[in-house]
Amino acid sequence: MIAARLNGPADFAGWRREARRLALAGIQPEAVDWLTSEDDAGLFAMENATPVAGGSTALTVSRRFIELAENVVCHRDAGRFVLLHRLLLRLQDEPRLLENAADADIARAEAMARSVRRDLHKMTAFVRFRAVSGASEDGPFIAWFEPEHFILERAAAFFTARFGTMIWSILTPQGSLHWDGVALQYGPAASKADAPDGDAIEAYWLTYYASIFNPARLKPKAMKSEMPVKYWRNLPEAELIVPLIASAARRAEDMVMRAPTQPPARHVRQLRHRPELPADESAITSWRDAAAAAQRCTRCDLHCHATQTVFGEGPLDARVLFVGEQPGDKEDLAGRPFVGPAGQVFDRAMKEAGLDRARAYVTNAVKHFKFQLRGKRRIHEKPNVGEIKACRFWLDLELQFVKPRFVVALGASALRSLTGHASSLASARDRELALEDGTPLLATVHPSFLLRLPDEDARSREYARFVADLARVQQRIFRH
Amino acid sequence: MAQLTVLEKLQILSDAAKYDASCASSNTMKRDSRDGKGLGSTTGAGICHSYAPDGRCISLLKILLTNFCSFDCVFCINRSSSNVRRARFSVEEVVALTLNFYRRNYIEGLFLSSGIIRSADYTMAELIRVAETLRRQHGFLGYIHLKLIPGASRDLIERAGLFADRVSINVELPSEAALARFAPEKQASEIKSAMGGLKLKIEAAREERGKSEKAPAFSPAGQSTQMIIGADGASDSAVLKRSAWLYGSFGLKRVYYSAFSPIPDASRQLPLQPPPLMREHRLYQADWLTRFYGFETEEILGRNEMLDLDIDPKLAWALRERGRFPVDVNRADRETLLRVPGLGTRSVDRILTTRRFRRLRLEDVGRLTRSLTTIRHFILAEGWRPGSGLDAQNLRARLMPRPRQLTLFP
Repeated sequence: MIAARLNGPADFAGWRREARRLALAGIQPEAVDWLTSEDDAGLFAMENATPVAGGSTALTVSRRFIELAENVVCHRDAGRFVLLHRLLLRLQDEPRLLENAADADIARAEAMARSVRRDLHKMTAFVRFRAVSGASEDGPFIAWFEPEHFILERAAAFFTARFGTMIWSILTPQGSLHWDGVALQYGPAASKADAPDGDAIEAYWLTYYASIFNPARLKPKAMKSEMPVKYWRNLPEAELIVPLIASAARRAEDMVMRAPTQPPARHVRQLRHRPELPADESAITSWRDAAAAAQRCTRCDLHCHATQTVFGEGPLDARVLFVGEQPGDKEDLAGRPFVGPAGQVFDRAMKEAGLDRARAYVTNAVKHFKFQLRGKRRIHEKPNVGEIKACRFWLDLELQFVKPRFVVALGASALRSLTGHASSLASARDRELALEDGTPLLATVHPSFLLRLPDEDARSREYARFVADLARVQQRIFRH
Repeated sequence: MAQLTVLEKLQILSDAAKYDASCASSNTMKRDSRDGKGLGSTTGAGICHSYAPDGRCISLLKILLTNFCSFDCVFCINRSSSNVRRARFSVEEVVALTLNFYRRNYIEGLFLSSGIIRSADYTMAELIRVAETLRRQHGFLGYIHLKLIPGASRDLIERAGLFADRVSINVELPSEAALARFAPEKQASEIKSAMGGLKLKIEAAREERGKSEKAPAFSPAGQSTQMIIGADGASDSAVLKRSAWLYGSFGLKRVYYSAFSPIPDASRQLPLQPPPLMREHRLYQADWLTRFYGFETEEILGRNEMLDLDIDPKLAWALRERGRFPVDVNRADRETLLRVPGLGTRSVDRILTTRRFRRLRLEDVGRLTRSLTTIRHFILAEGWRPGSGLDAQNLRARLMPRPRQLTLFP
């Protein structure tokens, strides 16, 4: 047998050095005794091997193997070094061996790495610090913990990152970590008696643990699979588990069986002070009433899936009122009209035409977003005639309260809503129209039409035409 | 009335908070105190520091600031008509508890909610004060989840997102009609509008931070919501469709389902029965299938309104669609393998890499997965075909878990 000496039970650098030496010497894994501490050395007083001629000359392994090995060396299984040694040799001939998860060696190494990672994770979860008597807020704190594998050094980074500004020690049967707020020191193995046996805050923690438990949902198996019993002895809250389980059935039954009680006086007083609901549709006397009532509109089914009613906005003395089709995805989420991509095109065109968006009233023919849900995307759908008709109620109120001198229909749906009948946008665009009360009506495209044009040339041509339409509006306003 | 001690308040206000199922402390930005400033860290993955006998993880200190409430939501232990004991923490008391728990490694951070007192804005501002004190005065770097108060002003909601890792507002029930019936003071429109505004803020902040790391974070772990299952008459189909809509509309990280649980001093309007825990579990499984396995809600349910309680939804789907099986593990693509009952995303990925080296036999598949019990009936492997078992009428019965006591009241 050949002896390979390591500096500790999870000495990865040492293993790497020795494994390299052994492999280059052509020594087979089964012929090696791995010694992890000085005590072992006495038992196996053997000479190290000298390099053997004819061994492989170069060793290459992937980053992935190093990561796997770093975890596996922490495992408590005494066969870990031999397994890794064997994998190292096999990898020289089978460079893609690691991807073969059905290989017995790989499966075993991966299972060991998983177990180590889990133990590491559980250590970050289950270490419980206790303040040393007379400690300040920042410590010193001491925790006693018993890891399953040799993970102490690997766990250190988590605790220094999290508790970097505290002073603490973590004591284990394998060794100890000491952090003074600046530097980390490793110390010898410790015993439970070296840690404080209590902490005043634990009473609060236990109270919390008992109170957050819902006795009507007893699932001890689920608890144990995530918080294995082997960790319980160092968890202060674990002493509550048995009594909580024992009383759960009775407590749950109590809740079900107990008769309802009379409401307290405070509740009765509160009932008298309920704020009034906003005006309903029949009692609308102002734009504000209309905007509030529209939030609860159920005149068509679109309210079921839209986020909210997107009512028009702008000064109530605006000279011109723009009507779009319906809110889009962004407008639906924001609750405001023309704030999405089409709104940005609209804003730019308005500016180029010499119009100020802030002085116009902007709204839509339909006030709820209509869409098809495809996976996680909402695809815009055109409103139908029924929906346009149902929503005309709100548009009428907006027209009534704003009393614009001009109305502009952006797109066919707006035109449909304002005229009450289907007509071609192309022909309406060149004509002078009017609402029933005589208010002049101009029609142009909806800005989203410009976004949908695939061809760059067509887009800039149509955009220029859109700006020209808006410029006509601007001229009309100034002429009046 | 004698003043309550902090310990008594903690008892009342954690008991009052336990019906909120959400506990996640994951997916936020990474922070640590290595540079000698502040207290705490976030790792991205989140840590469950303990588990209660109800099987739920304890990751955050989940408490209410107060359980006094002016709302009378029928399903809630804290509704104004209930005679539950009431308490109110001061902002400083919550801050001190959070820090003391955190320093002892009990928790990842704070999950703070509240009954509604005085007004939605007043209550929201108090919650924000806790988070702001933790962050600004104490340099707290741990996780903070703030519950948003329905009806709170947009300014306050947007302020909450500056200090919290995650914010959430509960839709409470699968339908707006049920919300109106059971939570008369809550406005569905306010809840939806808040979620819509949050989505825009979260996306805008993420975009800004993509350009510059110095841009302020806004609820970096996103938003979530909770639905109570079993208090109203909604079917699983209605619940899952509502979820799909919530995910699609508001980009939610999670929709939590909370089986309606009996509460002390329950309202007589509610079903007096134990919580439908298995139903809750099946809904989560169905939710997972739509989020990670490429299933559509309609496929999962088939023509049914309710999920099968005895077997998981993927197995139920596969038994309805037997014609699609057996699937050849040596040939099938990822999407097809994900639909095999018993195969999870991890196992599928392992099968895909390993089969590049060898033709997989049944025992190889056994090494790559947790258990072959179910899988074997639905796959072809080298030297393995399921035989006539797949067509057998009793396959469902054979794959059903053995009867066991699922709840306290069988």
